Amino acid sequence: MLEIFGFILIGIGCFLGLVGAFGLVRLPDMYARLHAVGVTDTLCSFLILSGLACHADSVNVIAKLILIFLFLVFTSPVSSYALANNAWRWGLIHNQKIHISNFKLDKEKK
Amino acid sequence: MIEYYLVAGLAILIAMALGVCRALLGPTVFDRILAVNLFGTKAVLLVAIFAFFSGRHDLLDISLLYSLLNFVGVIAALRLVERGKFFANNSKIEQEHLSGDQSASEDNLENKQKGNQDA
Repeated sequence: MLEIFGFILIGIGCFLGLVGAFGLVRLPDMYARLHAVGVTDTLCSFLILSGLACHADSVNVIAKLILIFLFLVFTSPVSSYALANNAWRWGLIHNQKIHISNFKLDKEKK
Repeated sequence: MIEYYLVAGLAILIAMALGVCRALLGPTVFDRILAVNLFGTKAVLLVAIFAFFSGRHDLLDISLLYSLLNFVGVIAALRLVERGKFFANNSKIEQEHLSGDQSASEDNLENKQKGNQDA
């Protein structure tokens, strides 16, 4: 029973990883790609590693999986944030005009 | 039951291949760094799945090491782009953006200056 539950978790995780990779290829803008990858990446790694932990037979293996997950969950949002911050400070501009038009409307209201 | 590990590994390999496509195509250097980040995370998961597939749980140590190395690599590449100002100037599409949206970038600059004055 626990094995089947683990395989279901691994399947959902792989699906999320594929969705993130397709978003990385198909989306039009660097910030949109960053959104697709940064959102799905942490949940994908959590699902796959917890699915593997359902199959583990000793405490050592579960401890290693938890350590891998802790490193990933601390470093993945930090690297996404650093990437977006560097791109914004370098001067990368949104590709889609709708963001800029919304920005101007907000400015006129003030 | 062990075939399911193969299917999961194949799905992760497809995701890595799409990441390599973006790293080769990417118009800016930030796209390439993002693709390398995704590649590294998926490589960690692939090594972990292979450890269970082959039954050798020692491989989880390699996966642990690779997760740390991936983070350090991404931050180092970002520092290189920020400090040295290389690699980020040669893109045609970026220059089109910069020339096409001059007004928008001026708006951003004005807002930043206003923020500085308020601070």
